[in-house]
Amino acid sequence: MADTVIKSPVRWLAANPIWGFIVLIFVFFSFANPYFFALQNFQNILVQTSTIGLIALGMTLVMINGNIDLSVGAVVALAASLCVDIQGWEMFADWGNWAIAPGVIAALIAGTALGALNGFIVWKTGVDAFIVTLGAMLGVRGLVFVYTKEQSFFAMNFAFSDFGSSNMGPLPTLAVLFLVCTAAVYFLLARTVHGRNTYAVGGNRSAAVNAGIRVGPHMLINFMIVGFFAALAGVTLSSQMGAATPNLGTNYELWVITSVVLGGTKLNGGAGTILGTLGGVLAIGILRNGMNLMQVPAFYVLVILGTILIAVLLLDKQLNRKGKEELRV
Amino acid sequence: MANFHVEKPVASRGQQTARVARDIRGGGMNRDRWKTIASVLARQGILVAFALFLIGFSIFSDRFLSPENILSVMRSSAIIGVMALGVTVVVIGGNLDLSVGSMLSFSTVLVVDLHDKIGPAPAIGVMLVATLALGAVNGLLVGVARLNSLIVTLGMLSAIQGLTLIYSGGKNVDIVNQDQTWFKIFGRGTIADIPTPIVIFAVGAILLHLMMAYTPFGRRIYATGGNATAAVFSGVRRSRVVFLTYLISASGVAIAAIILGSRVMGSQNNVGQGYELQVLAGVILGGTSLLGGAGTIWKTVIGVLILGFIQNGLLLMGFEYYVQWLVTWVVIILAVWLDIAAKRGRLLSPIA
Amino acid sequence: MSDVAATKIPALQLKGIVKTFPGVRALDDVTFDVRAGEVHALLGENGAGKSTLMKVLAGMYQPDEGTIEIEGTPVTMRTPLEAKRRGVVLIHQELSLAEEMTVAENIYLGELPRRSLGRVDWKTLFAKSEEILKRLNCGFGPKDRVGALSIANQQMVEIARALTVDAKVVIFDEPTASLTDAEKVVLFEIINDLKARGVGIVYISHRMDEIFTLADRISVLRDGGYRGTLVAGDTTEDEVIQLMIGRSLDLSRRQHAEVKTGEVALKVEGLSCGKLFQDVSFELREGEVLGFYGLVGAGRTEIAETLFGLRRPTAGTIEIDGKETAIHSPADAIAKGISLVPESRKEQGLVLGMNCRDNITLPQVGDLTSGPFVSDGAEIAIFDQYRDTLKIKTPSWRQAVGNLSGGNQQKIVIGKWLAMHPRILIVDEPTRGIDVGSKSEIHDLIRELARSGYAVIVISSEMPEVLHVSDRILAMYHGRVIRRFTAEEVTEDSLVAAISGIEQEQVA
Repeated sequence: MADTVIKSPVRWLAANPIWGFIVLIFVFFSFANPYFFALQNFQNILVQTSTIGLIALGMTLVMINGNIDLSVGAVVALAASLCVDIQGWEMFADWGNWAIAPGVIAALIAGTALGALNGFIVWKTGVDAFIVTLGAMLGVRGLVFVYTKEQSFFAMNFAFSDFGSSNMGPLPTLAVLFLVCTAAVYFLLARTVHGRNTYAVGGNRSAAVNAGIRVGPHMLINFMIVGFFAALAGVTLSSQMGAATPNLGTNYELWVITSVVLGGTKLNGGAGTILGTLGGVLAIGILRNGMNLMQVPAFYVLVILGTILIAVLLLDKQLNRKGKEELRV
Repeated sequence: MANFHVEKPVASRGQQTARVARDIRGGGMNRDRWKTIASVLARQGILVAFALFLIGFSIFSDRFLSPENILSVMRSSAIIGVMALGVTVVVIGGNLDLSVGSMLSFSTVLVVDLHDKIGPAPAIGVMLVATLALGAVNGLLVGVARLNSLIVTLGMLSAIQGLTLIYSGGKNVDIVNQDQTWFKIFGRGTIADIPTPIVIFAVGAILLHLMMAYTPFGRRIYATGGNATAAVFSGVRRSRVVFLTYLISASGVAIAAIILGSRVMGSQNNVGQGYELQVLAGVILGGTSLLGGAGTIWKTVIGVLILGFIQNGLLLMGFEYYVQWLVTWVVIILAVWLDIAAKRGRLLSPIA
Repeated sequence: MSDVAATKIPALQLKGIVKTFPGVRALDDVTFDVRAGEVHALLGENGAGKSTLMKVLAGMYQPDEGTIEIEGTPVTMRTPLEAKRRGVVLIHQELSLAEEMTVAENIYLGELPRRSLGRVDWKTLFAKSEEILKRLNCGFGPKDRVGALSIANQQMVEIARALTVDAKVVIFDEPTASLTDAEKVVLFEIINDLKARGVGIVYISHRMDEIFTLADRISVLRDGGYRGTLVAGDTTEDEVIQLMIGRSLDLSRRQHAEVKTGEVALKVEGLSCGKLFQDVSFELREGEVLGFYGLVGAGRTEIAETLFGLRRPTAGTIEIDGKETAIHSPADAIAKGISLVPESRKEQGLVLGMNCRDNITLPQVGDLTSGPFVSDGAEIAIFDQYRDTLKIKTPSWRQAVGNLSGGNQQKIVIGKWLAMHPRILIVDEPTRGIDVGSKSEIHDLIRELARSGYAVIVISSEMPEVLHVSDRILAMYHGRVIRRFTAEEVTEDSLVAAISGIEQEQVA
């Protein structure tokens, strides 16, 4: 049980250094920019974070399994296009605001189904998830271009874009949605049998097999979950923009994997937490927001993002070094 | 006792293919014929697929196999091809390079922008140095600092994208006097009636093939990718080997940038975006294992050409441009699947 | 359980088991049974079919022919889980634990108790695990993270798994491979305790001493066939070995002929590497074999790795041919005439996917060139030479080494280093996990090398091996050389006493 291991705040921070980093940049931007420390801005950060954050939740499961999903960016575009296109179909013209529902449902089903397809191929063929989803990254993007004929779709129903900017009580709806999903995946990973098995499958595949865990279907489910969340992110993103473009979600896999790795999930699987991932996406969200407020051009954010990713890896390596006695291979 | 062991793999290989055959059609008659087919498929799957594509497309389009069309496919494959050659070396050495796409953007923008400012030859020189420097960063981080290559080159993908935008200020660059400069030879010219990009691709492939197959350095790359620890225990300087593979990959990008810049005579900031996928697809189609230690340069050439011919054939048959991405999706997975199915001796994975 | 014992129906019985793999008959009409409350040892050389039989027992493989009976009832076991539910549990040699999870989760892996909504029932899980750990007298709790435990304790977690069911048969596959002597004692106590509760134990090991300590009966497999069962009390090691290899073998102490030693090739003074080993000094002469004997973790391998440039010494000096020198890397060590046949041939010694020839020539491939290219002829000449002198059995140099038997793989590693013509040859566990026949060939080879002027260091965990090949022996304990012996004066008792720290005060 993850939380039984927590012995002291210091040790907790050592295991989740990303939260220390968050405090650091939070304090920095609070002093560096007058607009940063404001409730309105925090809400912005949460909404901006929610898209990458939703996908990162699913990606954490897949990566703890020792797999990876590179196709999430393309799935975001497909889901967004489906959602916006379908709600405008003739047949739903007299459904009023309910016309949004078939669009959203179709998008979520498509995302989950593509996740299932990825998972099924990984399960049945034994081809590495990296290759399977690399192919899907290309193929699904092609599907989007073919489906949209390289055109953008615009949502005619204002209720759809209103949803993206609405509030639930003091918080933006999208932020609430993200936090609820985070709690749900936290519960799944830390408390349920499926969640615990996720660590077993990633930590020692053959042990999981010998213990009778059906590894194939298990991984399939996690791929479906990441597909679902990618589609959900596509829906929320298109609702924020009131439109869907075929290039939507480009490089999202990069951002998502970066946040998950920043959050401490191991690439080889077996280790990682939702709390860490939340820290990872928040760190990137705060960084982007703060730099944006300080009017640093977007170009620099890309450089800094890449540098941070590599720096975290270097730091991790240094911290785990055994000192001078180490075998030098 | 020892004989028992030695004979085992020899005998088992025939049986393995037999099992592939059984799995493929679910048991029954004509076992021998299926055995032969399966064994050919398993070993030379990529060549068989290549032949099938060529035959298939030539049935649907009589222009497909014309010499002009073949040359044109090869010419347009050359840019991805040259990059794929370098990436093959990195992958055989046991690592990945996802940064080649954004590195291509960077190098192309740099060489095109500098062309009018300092002249073609100095522009090429500066670009080469800058590209190799980026390759060296990859090489230092992966080879010397021993960081995970997937993450490092993913980070570099992002960082180099930013660098490109910072350099160009977000503006497109182009060459003014496109017909006057000798720089056009690389992308638009011919050598002995063969388009220069094809010549460059061919020469690069031959040189790297010789290096990988016949030199001590090539052997050390295979050893490092196959078992890095054992390579170090055998006196191979692993850090240096990995570092050099990234320099080779960066050289490939630099040459591709020269071809691309010379052909287009201008560049957008994101011109290379997505190239890393096409490049990796070519490498994977060529049967190079992402685990390292196995693969050949000439099969990467075929992998890249397959991608080119698929793209061309689908266009000739009247499909939309992006349909090729869907087909590539299927082809990549099928290629790798058949490869590992042959190795494990059964079509489906044994995972429960 | 006692009823069963009384009626003499075996807890588990295999009859006429046949298992074929493509091209190989791995098990051929094997009969085997375990009675309740006995330890039945299973022996055989590598490739004899032990691991296949074990996997059939544990439900990982299905036999092609033959029957499995549990307490007289024929059963089929399609998965390890099914076998476990029927009371047959395998303790894996390679631990099958998920390190990031708690002890309790690992014990009940695949069978975590559930509550509503798919939740884990932590209370039940921890309570049940606690109870099992108490029975095993473990010094750790159910909430500890497995990755933080020692190897021995991790093995306890594996054993705890066996106790979650009413185990009728527990199979131990080389359980002591990575245990210290003290940990072994605890393991043996647990095995005896299980036995006393009426559990049937199948014990697979290479180590004769353990087998004669523990086993009631000993069964031997050879070439996939059943060769007989001996009662431990009525047989001898020689008889067992004869059954294993089909002939008798002389593994006794070497007759010490006059050893002609030459110059001091290597002199090590006060060498230390952090906590791994301290203040190690010795001289190595041409023509002699220096044995390093000690427990796993005593620092022997680390000394070899330091001499080969793989670790930085924190103190001390190394002299080669009377000249003080520093060794910066394996390449540097090779240039100075040192070769190391490493401890783990699969991880450190060989590139398994590469062919035999390329593996043998790897360290010197840079010198075998004509122009910029590797000379095919020169490489094949080297391969042929060492294939012949070492009697490496392979259909061709093109064969990937991963396809060879353990013994032949080891010969490839040795050939690789002999081909460098080193002055100083270090061999670390030269015969680990290879069959008895190849073993004696490698021992003869080591002696032969010394005779022809090599300076050789042999590191081994097997006492007969050290006694058999060494001219002098250094006993190591906790990173220090605790005692030095010459071949004439050494006795098994004094060696055991030295390496287990009994004579700590007597530092040589």
